[in-house]
Amino acid sequence: MTQSDPDARPGADATGAAVRAALSVGIAVSAYGVSFGALGVAAGLDVWQTCLLSLFMFTGGSQFALVGVLASGGVAAGPAAIASAALLGIRNGLYSMRMSPVVGGPWWRRLLAAQWTIDESTAVAIAQPTLRGQRVGFWVTGALIYVGWNLTTLLGALLGDLVGDVRQYGLDAAAAAAFLGLLWPRLTARQPVAVAAAAAVIAAVLVPVLPAGAPVLVAAVVAIVVGVTNVLGSRTA
Amino acid sequence: MTVWHVILIASIIVFALKLAGYLVPPSVLERPTPARVANLLTVALLAALTATQTLETAGGIVVDARVPAVLLAAVLYSLRVPFIVVVVAAAALAALIRLLGWLP
Repeated sequence: MTQSDPDARPGADATGAAVRAALSVGIAVSAYGVSFGALGVAAGLDVWQTCLLSLFMFTGGSQFALVGVLASGGVAAGPAAIASAALLGIRNGLYSMRMSPVVGGPWWRRLLAAQWTIDESTAVAIAQPTLRGQRVGFWVTGALIYVGWNLTTLLGALLGDLVGDVRQYGLDAAAAAAFLGLLWPRLTARQPVAVAAAAAVIAAVLVPVLPAGAPVLVAAVVAIVVGVTNVLGSRTA
Repeated sequence: MTVWHVILIASIIVFALKLAGYLVPPSVLERPTPARVANLLTVALLAALTATQTLETAGGIVVDARVPAVLLAAVLYSLRVPFIVVVVAAAALAALIRLLGWLP
C-alpha cells in the first residue's frame, strides 16, 4: 500500500499492515455475533446465558455447537452439547502452540492471550512477515473481536428476544447456514471434503436412532480414522 | 444438570484447551498426525452439525424449508458472499417458503 522503502522503517510498516489486517477481519467477524446472539435466544437460552457464553467461551464454532445441540435436545442433551463444544475447541489448543512464541513474555501474558486465541487472531498473526507484526496482529485482532463479538451478541440476543416464533423467521435455517459458513473455508482439499461429506451423511442417518447431539459425536470418529491413517491426504500434509 | 451447568462446564473446558497449548512444548506441533486429526475433527463436527441442523426434527429427519435455504447458502458461499449476508438470506428464504406454504 505505501510507497516507502520497506527497509527504512520496518517496525512501523509491519505494525501498520498488522493493524489494517486486524481491523478488516475484526469488524467482519464481529458482525456475525448478531447471528449467534439471536440463535442463542432461539435455542431457549436467556439473554444473560447467551451473553456469558460469548464472554467466557469466546470461540464461535464451540458456541454455535453448544446452542445448536441444546436447541434440538434441550438440557437432556447437555453432555453431548458440552462434548461438541469441547471437541471443536481442541483446534484452539493447536493455535495456542503456534502463538506461544509470538506472545512470549511472563506467564500472566500467556494467561491473558489464551482467551483471545481463536481462528481469526491466529490467522492474522501468522500472515504477518515479522515477529513484531505477528504480535501486534494477534493482540489487536483478539481485542477487537472480543469487544465486538460481545457487543453484537448482546444486540442479537435482544433482537432474538423480540422475535417470537423461531421458524416463522427462518432462524432454524439461519443456524444451519451458519455452520455451513464456518465449514466452507476449510474445504480446501480432497481430504477435508471427503471427511465433511462422510460426517454429514453419518450424522443424518443416525439422527432417528440416537439421542439428540450423539450423531454429531459419532460422526467425529471419521476425522480420527482419516486423520490417523491419512487416506486421501498428501504425504507432506 | 441445568443450562447454567452446561454453559459453565463447557466454557471451563474450552478455556482449558486454549491455555493447554501455551503450557505444552511446541515440539508437539511438529508431529503431523495430531495436527491433522484436530483439523479434520473441526471439519467433521461442523459438517455433521450442518447436516443435523438442516434435517433434524423431533425424533427424526425431515425435508422442510431449511433444505432450500441451506442450498442457497452453499451457492452464496461459493460466490464469496460475506457470512452475515448469507445467514440472513438463508433465513429470509426459509421464512418466505413457509409464508407461501410451499414447504413446512
